[in-house]
Amino acid sequence: MPWLLGRNVLETSCLSRVVVSLGIEVVVEGLTKEFGRQTIWRDVTLTLPEGEVSVLLGPSGTGKTVFLKSLVGLLKPEEGRVLIDGVDMVNDRDRDVFEARKRFGLMFQDGALFGSMPLFDNIAFPLREHTRKKEQEIRRIVLERMEMVGLGGEERKLPGQISGGMRKRAGLARALVLDPEIILCDEPDSGLDPVRTAHISQLLIDVNARIDATMLIVTHNIDIAATVPDNIGMLYRRDLVAFGPREALLTSDEPAVLQFLHGDTRGPIGMSEEKDAALLAAEAADTAGPARTRRTIEIPPQLRPTPGMPPRQGEHRHSLRVDEMLPRLSYPAQQAIWANRNHPQEGGRNGAN
Amino acid sequence: MAAPDTVVPGAGALRQVGRLFALAGTVLVMSFRRPFQLRELIQQFWFIASVAILPTALVSIPFGAVISLQVGSLAKQLGAQSLTGGASVLAVVQQASPLIVALLISGAAGSAICADLGSRTIREEMDAMEVMGVSPVQRLVVPRVLACMAVAVLLNGLVSVVGVAGGYFFNVMMQDGTPGAYLASFSALAQLPDLYVGELKALLFGFIAGVVAAYRGLNPSPGPKGVGDAVNQSVVITFLMLFFVNLVLTVIYLQVVPPKGA
Repeated sequence: MPWLLGRNVLETSCLSRVVVSLGIEVVVEGLTKEFGRQTIWRDVTLTLPEGEVSVLLGPSGTGKTVFLKSLVGLLKPEEGRVLIDGVDMVNDRDRDVFEARKRFGLMFQDGALFGSMPLFDNIAFPLREHTRKKEQEIRRIVLERMEMVGLGGEERKLPGQISGGMRKRAGLARALVLDPEIILCDEPDSGLDPVRTAHISQLLIDVNARIDATMLIVTHNIDIAATVPDNIGMLYRRDLVAFGPREALLTSDEPAVLQFLHGDTRGPIGMSEEKDAALLAAEAADTAGPARTRRTIEIPPQLRPTPGMPPRQGEHRHSLRVDEMLPRLSYPAQQAIWANRNHPQEGGRNGAN
Repeated sequence: MAAPDTVVPGAGALRQVGRLFALAGTVLVMSFRRPFQLRELIQQFWFIASVAILPTALVSIPFGAVISLQVGSLAKQLGAQSLTGGASVLAVVQQASPLIVALLISGAAGSAICADLGSRTIREEMDAMEVMGVSPVQRLVVPRVLACMAVAVLLNGLVSVVGVAGGYFFNVMMQDGTPGAYLASFSALAQLPDLYVGELKALLFGFIAGVVAAYRGLNPSPGPKGVGDAVNQSVVITFLMLFFVNLVLTVIYLQVVPPKGA
């Protein structure tokens, strides 16, 4: 099991540092993806810091899923690099990319479960392929994970026999079963009711606290974006318009970001990808009218791990990183960051603040 | 795949052919890489055998009979009636049997394999498998191709026997051939390499049927219709390739192996 070996090496190499880490940094440099003549996005550069939770927002059809697939090397962007612990997922040899993929857990939009296998076998699949655990041990882990995502007792059902939301949760359980170092979630909330969405949010934070995995969640759910991540990015109009600490993005005055956060029909984002100039001009003339009702965004405190969970190492590193950039952030963002830090913590007490 | 800036006519088709050959190469390499998917191989073998045996046997009886009747009547006109047996047996063992087997494996099993892999592909199961660091080629395609090859070789034996027996029956019963002449001309004209090349053809045709079905299954156009089209194309492409490869093999065989008694 070479990938397990790799993890041990990683662990020992980190021992010299103060924080023992399992998560690894994902560096994206100048990534450009085209399908034929259509540019999906261009020159996307960002770093998913190790062990931190990031959210990628964006209107439908801006290539968020394509971005996730590019990170794991399922799609090959035309330009740029995705570096994971020295492996370039875009340009390196297939063999290296294959090895690196074992460090990922990817939750697909509709679960992507194997239709011919019951849920139990689906979730046990990575364990049976990549570990030499005994069947009894596998059974214990799988049942625990199914319990965790609220699918206890459903293990004999086939993916075709359960609802979309359940498939999605089963997909999450399968993505998490190997405790991956990088977890990518494609719209974990779509098709789920608000309560389940809240549970999934909490679950993701707890997983992050437990195994310190680097996480990227693609969504257009504002509630998840506002409460879960350390960092938020937004893809819009073939560009990454913003990527930064949660508070910086939530207080941003970039028109597209503002419109998206407020769910407003007025602004640069149209029904199709972008509005044309005439429509924008007409809207600008319309601003004299009464302001429409807006969803006000109060910046809620970030979700904490449930009591009993270890503190999030990623949060600690994140606050150190944010301290460094604090002077460069806008005043409202600084306020929001302080407010969040002073918020009483429920679980996973962290010595950082 | 990015389309190149300069559009060369036929480049698309060439690219497809290239990728088909690349998959064939990968399958060959992966066949020897552990862990070997024995369970999947046995399941697929059983499945392919169960869908292919009955139609193959049913097709081979009339086919052997037709060849025997046609050759018999021609030989009668030429006054070489006593050689009917040898001629029709050679035609069955060398040509008809491997082709029947391959056509039925492609039609019955290849289409099922293509549809199965195709629907898995559009449901992103292949992507999911790759992300989990498991190669779909090694895990799914190799067992299927090997099963196709094994079933083809074994079925080829069945078809040869049934076809020859059918030919014998019709020649003796309907064309007043004598059993003795049939068998004697058989052993006068046929030789063991004829059987070898028949089995070799069956092996190769099974490989082609499996790889083409898998290739189309792994690369369907999006949507359910894409899978349907892929199945259709996989069968058509396999048929085209079978007859072409058969031509090449036959030419080589006739050049390399001297006919008996020559």
